[in-house]
Amino acid sequence: MKGDARRPASNPQRPADGQARAVVGPGKTAPTSGELAPRAMRQMARTAHHTGRRPATQRLLNRYRRRAPGEPRAIGYLYILPALALYGALLLFPFGQSVWLSLLHWDGMSAATWAGSDNYRDLFTDPDLRAPFAHALLLLVFYSALPVVIGLLLAALLSRAPVRGMTFFRTVLFLPQVLALVVVGVAWRAILAPDGLLNDTLRAVGLDAAARPWLGDYDWALPAVGVVGTWVGTGLCMVLFLAGAQRIPRELYEAARLDGAGPVREFFAVTLPGLRSQIAVALTLTIVAGLRNFDLIYITTSGGPGNSTSVPAYEVYHRAFETNEVGSAAAIGVALTVLIFVLTVTLSRLVEGRRT
Amino acid sequence: MISRTERTLTYAILALFTVVSLTPVLGIVSTALGSQSSLNTGFSLPDDGLHWGNFADAWSRGHFGTYLRNSVLVTLAVVAITTVFSVLAAYAFGVMRFPGSTALFYLFVLGLALPQEALVVPLYFDLRQLELTDTYWGLILPQAAQSLAFGVFWMRTYFRGSAQSVIEAARIDGANSWTTLWRVLVPMGRPAISTMVVIVFMWTWNEFLMALVMVSDEAHRTVPLGLAFFQGQHSSETALLAAAAVLIALPVVIVYVALQRRFIEGMLSGAVKE
Repeated sequence: MKGDARRPASNPQRPADGQARAVVGPGKTAPTSGELAPRAMRQMARTAHHTGRRPATQRLLNRYRRRAPGEPRAIGYLYILPALALYGALLLFPFGQSVWLSLLHWDGMSAATWAGSDNYRDLFTDPDLRAPFAHALLLLVFYSALPVVIGLLLAALLSRAPVRGMTFFRTVLFLPQVLALVVVGVAWRAILAPDGLLNDTLRAVGLDAAARPWLGDYDWALPAVGVVGTWVGTGLCMVLFLAGAQRIPRELYEAARLDGAGPVREFFAVTLPGLRSQIAVALTLTIVAGLRNFDLIYITTSGGPGNSTSVPAYEVYHRAFETNEVGSAAAIGVALTVLIFVLTVTLSRLVEGRRT
Repeated sequence: MISRTERTLTYAILALFTVVSLTPVLGIVSTALGSQSSLNTGFSLPDDGLHWGNFADAWSRGHFGTYLRNSVLVTLAVVAITTVFSVLAAYAFGVMRFPGSTALFYLFVLGLALPQEALVVPLYFDLRQLELTDTYWGLILPQAAQSLAFGVFWMRTYFRGSAQSVIEAARIDGANSWTTLWRVLVPMGRPAISTMVVIVFMWTWNEFLMALVMVSDEAHRTVPLGLAFFQGQHSSETALLAAAAVLIALPVVIVYVALQRRFIEGMLSGAVKE
């Protein structure tokens, strides 16, 4: 992303690169075909000539030369066409429709009426709509913050010494990421069930009072679903940070130790700054996954009990296809998109310390 | 410099997290092998032997034969379409220059963070209008479109990194852009392409919301959808439910164990980093 944004700015340095290639290109072919040699010379003469031109003309000519010889530039569009057509028709266009639908009152069948900003205002005023967003933000603690913190602590610990069998550990820790969330939901329902593993364990250690039907409890259902998200996300963060920590130069650790830094100082002075970009990636991935969290809620609680575990992703489905509030569903979808973009961009900017 | 205590602690913590990662997985496997009459939700291997028959029962009673066929068909189609279209588009974005290429590329990158929930509602009404709901195309086309965001982004990184000198050498040998792509760059890019293939395979195989919305008849159900309905109907039959879940997870897990490097590499790239 950054590279591309900077591309136009770096154009002034480009001519050198372009000229070099113009010379080297034909030069390479010279041995195989003699006819090309005069062209190479002509080209060299031309490049020499250009250095005196005005920058704008020069840039134009350089852009011309960078194109493949004999290749019309329009061919690029042809290569993109199939992907763009499909992507436009089934992703960009429906997203536009979502924005449009969000401005309407519509039950999916009869004629729609104009709603203006009503559906969006409801997101802030209607408690039934505010709750899912509040739940989603709370769940981000479990889906994003906890995995990142746990992952960092482990990476800090594990990066101090070489670990044997890392491939095995990485494979196992990452496993939750590749399982279908439907399967994850079924597996965790069994653990959190009234007579499931968690309650059995609690009773076995004498904590009978703590045992409860986790997913059916008004206060505990949301954290219980959150723990499932932590289970899914932690492996991803660990693997990401471990890979990153291995790329931190050993000398930095040695220098820190020579300066008398203990493990804690070492973590804050060397590991944490060294993992900045990995932390940004982890936050982006876990936040997007956490807010897209439909499958898990549908399988484990369906938003219940009451609406205590309802999240925006689930509410979109519920309203559009169960209670026929299509306009409202679309508004939730659009708001969710905005939330994802704002959160991921802000957080990764903060973490990477970039200023815009 | 690292003391023995610290080393032991390191392995102890790794072991702890390994157990945490595997507990739900082992729980469901042991439940799947338990007796059907047992209400035990796992974690104790059945004392009356392993009930491999549960898989056959789940297969026949849950109609998982049909669901698996649907999933295979949809997944193959989505992977094929995504691969070909992504390679073509990413090639243009990676090595050609034309007005608007950067803006168009960002349009694709946008799709990496766009939640399905913001598309699924109008998509349903559009596809119903076109009579594509309850068809394979209704499952294939939207998922292919969504996978393109990743495919184009991922493959462009490959084309950007592939040596300019190779492309120029091919050109000098008289190859046009089409033959350069298919004869030179695609064979060279097999690692990058296979990463994309396994990621799109996994996403499509595991996809739930799109299938839930687009399919209402049983004939077109994919496996995750089948499992959700199975849970609704047979929630008390824990052994069969667990067996069905294992059957569904198995194909992805097998590919993952064989190609874990590709999975991890691909999934961690999902955040736009360049």
